[in-house]
This record gives sequence, structure tokens and C-alpha cells, in this order.
Amino acid sequence: MPENIKYSSPEQLRYARIMSIGVKIGFSLLVISFTLYMTGVLKPLVPVDQVSHYWSLSAAEYAKATGTPTGWGWVKDVVKGDIFNYVGIVVLAAVSIVSSLAVLPLFARQGERALLIISILLILVLLVSASNILH
Amino acid sequence: MLFSLLLLAVCANVPAFAATGPVHAASALPWWAWPLMLFVVCFFLGIVAVPAGVGGGVLFVPIVGGFFPFHLDFVRGGGLMVALASALAASPGLLRLGLASLRLALPLSLLVAISQIIGAMIGLILPAALAQTSLGIIILGIVVLMLTAKKADVPSIQKADPLSAALRINGIFHDTAHNQDIEWIVHRTPMALLVFVFIGVLAGMFGLGAGWANVPSLNLLMGVPLKVAAGSSSLILSMTSSAAWVYINEGAILPIIVVPSVIGMMMGAMIGVRLLRVVKASVIRKMVIAMLLFAGLRALLKGLGIWM
Repeated sequence: MPENIKYSSPEQLRYARIMSIGVKIGFSLLVISFTLYMTGVLKPLVPVDQVSHYWSLSAAEYAKATGTPTGWGWVKDVVKGDIFNYVGIVVLAAVSIVSSLAVLPLFARQGERALLIISILLILVLLVSASNILH
Repeated sequence: MLFSLLLLAVCANVPAFAATGPVHAASALPWWAWPLMLFVVCFFLGIVAVPAGVGGGVLFVPIVGGFFPFHLDFVRGGGLMVALASALAASPGLLRLGLASLRLALPLSLLVAISQIIGAMIGLILPAALAQTSLGIIILGIVVLMLTAKKADVPSIQKADPLSAALRINGIFHDTAHNQDIEWIVHRTPMALLVFVFIGVLAGMFGLGAGWANVPSLNLLMGVPLKVAAGSSSLILSMTSSAAWVYINEGAILPIIVVPSVIGMMMGAMIGVRLLRVVKASVIRKMVIAMLLFAGLRALLKGLGIWM
């Protein structure tokens, strides 16, 4: 899709470019990791044919019953087939943080103080929610 | 279609996946039938979601929550990821065309991101029956909103409010239907910020996405042209992953539910965009309203223990 400076500002175009790259990476990772999970190439933490015994439990009960880590605990089990899927999921959830970071220098250069502060606050809110501090 | 073939082939050929495997306690179906059906259902939801002008999440949560054996925690987590992924896929193109505005989305997204966290935390501690009942009521409310809300293609705004003027929330887009450039400004920004706090809480609590509420709020309250309202709604959804993070951290995102749903919805949406050119959007919209009405009643009755 051609970039059109008549209808889009430079910061908007940069935001779109970074977001587009992040989305492609995230979706590719999702497809690859799910294929590895379903084919059994990577051994899962919870056997794929056992998940149905637990998926009617609440999230807290599921984690307790299966030993699935919560928060960022999944990182240490990332080589497990089911847990590896979190990489693509987390990439998709983090795309907006990276895209917002990318436009900060443009807002700063243009003297757009209000939008700069709003963007920084948005990034901080997303980082707080990602950090699991609120748990 | 490659993805569905892969899922089917894997389920049929790997010994552990064969029909002799564990069967869900509440049904005669083998476990692998559920993610496969989820993929198919989401594919069809994706087809109708685009022409109907609603995000995937608002269809996903009541339908999957009502008819699949998964706990509502995982359904809401899946709904948030479906809504986020759909919005992420659409937003870059909309930004480039000027059909989504970063200046408009940023202040609203900040408040939505904060309120979504609150909503998600409330949602995860709500008892399942109460959550189902509330979901049913909300979905039926959305049906009423979809039936009654008016639309203004390009609202006439005389003067921008001081806040939007200070933030320079304005833009220009090319209206292909009339082959002309249209400049826009907004008003009532402070009131819209309050409305978006409420929308954020609901979206986080029920994993619904929020296109159903964002678009009328941007269009009717702030006076954003309809096309820019729809595009900016998608951008706001893509910028506010805070509720999704809460669900990820609480372990409420199950890959076996989320991945087939996201991929099915994305593939369906590609068809939906093409369908939009040949089928009247109003026909699809009526179909979606009927689906929401059915799913909303199902959620309400399930929550009340009348239709289990």
C-alpha cells in the first residue's frame, strides 16, 4: 500500500510501518509455534490430548491443576510446545508498545509536548499491565 | 485453508490425536474436534464481522462462551486476542490512508488502556454464572444499540472544542465514493474521554473488543466522519493491549483456543472484505444482529441456569 503524506503525518506513517512489521512477525510465530505444538515436534508441558480435561476449569484452577506458569513464568518453559505459543502472543500484545516508542522522537522534535506525554503515559500503562506488578 | 488442512491432518494421523483419545466429559466429541470447530466457526465469524462493521471479539465471546466447553476465563482471553489481532492486521493500512488518526486515538487509548486493566481484573474475579448473566445482558444491550444507533457519514461540526484544538485532533481523508478530500475536526472531547473509560471497563471485563461502542461514540458524540471513526476504532483496539496482558499474566490465554481462533478469524476477514463488494452490508448486519440476539439470550439463560 503506498504511503500518502497528504493524508497521513510522518509519525502516523512511522507508527504504521513498525506496527506492520510487528504484526507479520507475531503472526508468523503463531503459525510456526502452533504447528510445532500440534505435530508434537516440541513436547508440551500439558499433553495436547489432556488439555480438554482442564479447559472447563477457571484460569487459576487450570494453572494449579496443570502446573502451567502464570505471569512471566512461561519464559523458563519456552521450549515446551504449548508454552512456545506464548512468544507469538506476547509479540502481538507488545506491538503497540514498540510502535508508540518509535514515534516519541518525532513528537519531541516537532515540539508536540502534549502528545509526547500522552504517548509516554500510554507506554507506561501498557508496561505496567505487561509486568504483572498488578497481580 | 492450509491451516485447517494441517489441523485436520495432524488430528487424524498422530496416534495421540486419534479418536480413541480422551473424550470431553460433557460431550461425545474427541478433544481435537473442539479446536477444529473453533477454527471453522471463527472463519465464518471473520467473514461476517467485516461487512457488519463489528470486531471479532463481540461475536466470539457470546458464541464460543455459549456453545463450547471452555471456561469463560479462556473465552474472554481468546476474545481479547481475536479483537487485538484483527485490529492489528487492519490498522497499518488504515493509518497510511488517513482513515485512522493517531492524534485522535492516542488520548482515548490512554484512558481505555487504564480502564481495561480495571475491567479485566474485575472480570477475572467474577463468579462464572454472574459473568455469563452480565455478558448476556451486555450483548442484548449491544443488539439494541445496533438496531437503534443512527449514523452520520460526515457530521457537520461548526467549531472544535478547546481540548481537541490544543491537541490538534483533525485530519483529512479521501472519500472514494464522492471522489473528494474531506477535512474533519471534532467536538465534545472531554465527554468522549469519560465515555471511553466506561467502554474500556466493559471491554476488559468481558473480552469483547469495543468496536461496537467505539464507532458510535466517535461518530455521533465527537463528530468524526464514519469511515475515520471505524478506522480509528480499530487503531484504539490495537493500541490498548492492557487487558490482554492481564489475561496473559493470569494464565487465561490457552494456545489451543487462541491460535485456531485468531487464524480462523483472520482468514475469514480476508473473505469478508471481498464479500463486502458483492453483498449488501445491511443484509450481513441483520444476520449479525440475529446471531448476537441468539448468543446473548443463550449467555443470559446459561448464566441464570435455565439453559445449560
